[in-house]
Amino acid sequence: MAILSLIQGFLASIGAAVLGLCQAAGHLTLFAGASTSHIVRPPIYPVELWRQFLRIGYFSLPVVGLTALFTGAALALQIYIGGSRFNAESVVPSIVAIGMTRELGPVLGALMVAGRVSASIAAEIGTMRVTEQIDALTTLSTNPLKYLVVPRLVAATIALPMLAFLGDIIGIMGAFLVGVGRLGFNEATYIQITWDFLEFGDVTSGLIKAAVFGFIIAMMGCYHGYNSGRGAQGVGRATTNAVVSASVLIFASNYVLTEILFAA
Amino acid sequence: MTETAKIVLEGVAKSFGSKHVLRGVDLCVQQGQSTVIIGGSGTGKSVTLKCVLGLISPDAGSITVDGQDVSRLRGRARETMLDKFGMLFQGGALFDSLLVWENVAFRMLQGRRKLPRHDARDLAIEKLRRVGLTPETADLYPAELSGGMQKRVGLARAIAAEPEIIFFDEPTTGLDPIMADVINELIREIVVEMGATAMTITHDMSSVRKIADRVAMLHDGVIQWEGPVDDIDATENPYVHQFVNGLAEGPIEAIR
Repeated sequence: MAILSLIQGFLASIGAAVLGLCQAAGHLTLFAGASTSHIVRPPIYPVELWRQFLRIGYFSLPVVGLTALFTGAALALQIYIGGSRFNAESVVPSIVAIGMTRELGPVLGALMVAGRVSASIAAEIGTMRVTEQIDALTTLSTNPLKYLVVPRLVAATIALPMLAFLGDIIGIMGAFLVGVGRLGFNEATYIQITWDFLEFGDVTSGLIKAAVFGFIIAMMGCYHGYNSGRGAQGVGRATTNAVVSASVLIFASNYVLTEILFAA
Repeated sequence: MTETAKIVLEGVAKSFGSKHVLRGVDLCVQQGQSTVIIGGSGTGKSVTLKCVLGLISPDAGSITVDGQDVSRLRGRARETMLDKFGMLFQGGALFDSLLVWENVAFRMLQGRRKLPRHDARDLAIEKLRRVGLTPETADLYPAELSGGMQKRVGLARAIAAEPEIIFFDEPTTGLDPIMADVINELIREIVVEMGATAMTITHDMSSVRKIADRVAMLHDGVIQWEGPVDDIDATENPYVHQFVNGLAEGPIEAIR
């Protein structure tokens, strides 16, 4: 009898978790649908859009740049070690280029931005919810989805590909510095191999991924902030949930996008 | 003055889970009149205001403003309806990222009534002067102001677009008695001067006596009593008597 109730309790907890997940997915889908539909409907807020673009794009540049620089440098060393096992050290420039542009540039850049921007968006909008600023916007005849969510979504979706592109260049430069300074590559040869090997599709596939990641980062920050619970604890939870869900969705969508782009 | 109903609530009900906050609120606010809703904390005063503004959808009942049912309005129709309203929030609800003058002139910077920036700024400074703040305050951020100054800025924002209806949510909460009296005076002056219809929620009896033309007592999710402010001391309604005199004994339980 006791075992039966234990099993029932276990199954009930799984059921409750699944139902909770379905409910959250439903809420998120409705929120994303409503927000996205406002992108193409006036009024638009260009000043707010520019402010968010600076905040999400420009001010994330140092963290994305440093991440890309060190990732590129470490990647060059790792590929050199692996390549030397079958006398293929010369593949370093080409593998670094493809690795940075197709995968590491957009994914690592997005993860760094997720930590920085998702958290900050969730905390800001969550605090606005708690202090009735979102209600105040509504009473001032301003749709909060249009004023708060749309500029962040658009800014992040545009800014992330730009950041990823710069991250690609900086990452390849980090590998170049290690390759030339530490591994004995000739400068001109290194650049020539990188340039010859890279294809247009390598770069564009990374940029497409980055745009999707940007949308996910802003959406998670806005969704969790907008639906934040009461008080400091509610805002804290919203911030954590925003970063965790953005990070997990970046990895999941990265696989899906890679499959799609691989097939293409 | 001809009495015309500006806001009418009929049988408005709202529950949150198993908690029935409003159980059928009936209230009529006449044009140009200042009505104050009193009641203890957690009795649904804020929920009533938010239902009128459409921030919360009522489960049942109807809410009409100027004869138009507003309880199911959505999108542009609701935004147009909200153009008639100004609201002073309990905590000010000023936008942290904007300057004081941008807060005050928010409607004139964003909405359908958009003005050139320098005109909007001039208007904001005029409204700030009206609530007793100097033009120097205009270029500060809300976080740089004291609680009383934030209330004044909130008041300036509420009246900036010269709305027909102004809502005040606990206008004196958290203020010292002198500042509370200053805010009460300002509210009364502005409402009379603008000829606006005002609805205030508070449990501060000095505010009630200063601001109200009429008073409504909300308890147990319904209006228990409604009448002219001059009658609140004379009424035999046990809820009003207990609340006005601040008595622990009476039909209102001290622990809710």
